[in-house]
Amino acid sequence: MSAPLAAPPAAWADAEPGPVALVRTALSRIATMCLVELQKLRHDRTELLTRAVQPALWLIVFGQVFTNIHAIPTGSTPYLDFLAPGILAQSALFIAIFYGIQIIWERDAGVLAKLMVTPTPRVALVAAKAFAAGVRAVAQAVVVLLLALALGVSLTANPLKLLGVVVALMLGSAFFCCLSITIAGLVLSRDRLMGIGQAITMPLFFASNALYPVALMPTWLQWVNHVNPLSYEVEALRGLLIGEPARLGLCFGVLVLAAAAMITVASALLPRLTR
Amino acid sequence: MTSPVDSPDPPAVRCTGLRQAFGDTVAVDGLDLEVRRGEVFGLLGPNGAGKTTTLRSITTLLPAPPGTVAVLGRDVARQRTQVRRLIGYVPQQLSADGTLTGRENVMLFARLFDVPRRARTAQVEGVLEAMDLVEAADRPVKTYSGGMVRRLELAQALVSAPRLLVLDEPTVGLDPVARDGVWERIARTRAETGMTVLVTTHAMQEADEHCERIALMHRGRVRALGTPGELKSAIGPDATLDDVFRHHTGDTLDGSDKGGIRDVRAARRTAGRLG
Repeated sequence: MSAPLAAPPAAWADAEPGPVALVRTALSRIATMCLVELQKLRHDRTELLTRAVQPALWLIVFGQVFTNIHAIPTGSTPYLDFLAPGILAQSALFIAIFYGIQIIWERDAGVLAKLMVTPTPRVALVAAKAFAAGVRAVAQAVVVLLLALALGVSLTANPLKLLGVVVALMLGSAFFCCLSITIAGLVLSRDRLMGIGQAITMPLFFASNALYPVALMPTWLQWVNHVNPLSYEVEALRGLLIGEPARLGLCFGVLVLAAAAMITVASALLPRLTR
Repeated sequence: MTSPVDSPDPPAVRCTGLRQAFGDTVAVDGLDLEVRRGEVFGLLGPNGAGKTTTLRSITTLLPAPPGTVAVLGRDVARQRTQVRRLIGYVPQQLSADGTLTGRENVMLFARLFDVPRRARTAQVEGVLEAMDLVEAADRPVKTYSGGMVRRLELAQALVSAPRLLVLDEPTVGLDPVARDGVWERIARTRAETGMTVLVTTHAMQEADEHCERIALMHRGRVRALGTPGELKSAIGPDATLDDVFRHHTGDTLDGSDKGGIRDVRAARRTAGRLG
């Protein structure tokens, strides 16, 4: 070997990481995993297009038809404008919810074991995976937003609001990615996870404000809507993108807490996958 | 009992009365094992002997009771992060990411092991060169041969300059030329760095040629321990390691029907991916 391997710095073996080191490690791992996600997207850009088919159908077919028949009252906001943030959140949800399947694939391929033998606390590893899902969701969102613009949806050009959109998508994706990893940690099998993933994805979507205003929902569905993080994500996206009234503080608060809670739960269950 | 952590010049690995059970099944039954610094140590045994469980305990993937497993003097139960910094791990499955390039795969692990930024590029280049992968480094890994993927995984494991390299059946499914290539590079790196190599294998001939000492496990315990020469001469003048295996396990290499279905599936998947 012409370039000999450097010895690990002595500080590496000093002590178990404290809270500050843990946060630093988590941030470093999140950056690393997000970078890897971007590298993967760069190598396979077709995925962005194939994944855009479903949201495109929702916007072009469902959106335009329901705009024309005025079946869903959305006040002065055109239905397509109302729908676009919901479809954005839906496309992020669909990407994130199947990360659990990826985790099981990684377990079967030995990748997860290899990652878990690195000096990365479980919570940092899960947070990194969660925000990597967010990166993919944001990349997908760019495609969906361009499509919405092409269909005449009036979207904000305010960079701060667009940054808010990125944050909302990242947090929402982190939550659903970790929900998926949690289920993976419980069921431990790809087939069962696929079944459960499909069983919960559409109910999460329909029990949210993505397609219709909360006021149109029956009371029981409104209650489900109140505990569904997807609704807070949609409300934030709607407020930021098309200027609908939104409780942004509450929405971001709920998304941060939900993501943090689910990262914690998923971290606790992750070791079950490698035993 | 001497604590495995307190010894002045601790061995690379020390297991003291390690016991691991899954429900009623005892996978490792009071294992006592010592791997000396700088040696190539082979862990042999039929499927279900407890090799993988032992490896998982050493690599922190399975929780081990405090005081039962130590790596270079660090207790795996109490000093998990420190232990992980000292280990390079290559799982049985082909675990490199096919969508990324070889260089990106290695760089990922350099980041996960916190190789300092200024040393990172040189370190990655060094291990790619050591594994003869420089020319292929910028190609997607899905275009690599099985032997190249294995060498890439060695590069990933070596990029953090580990003190202990843990290999779980590193040559399963490889053709003889690729197998020799992998062992040649392991031997060369070990000679240059002085690291310890702990390897599990079913390939008796490889163990005979490349391991300095061997532990033969059966039903969760070490049944025989020594150099290949010592083990063979204890059986008879013309004995082979196959004979040693049969003598101590009362089993044949092909006839063993123990072991988890997951292990068998993993081996098949690896062989399948290698073609």
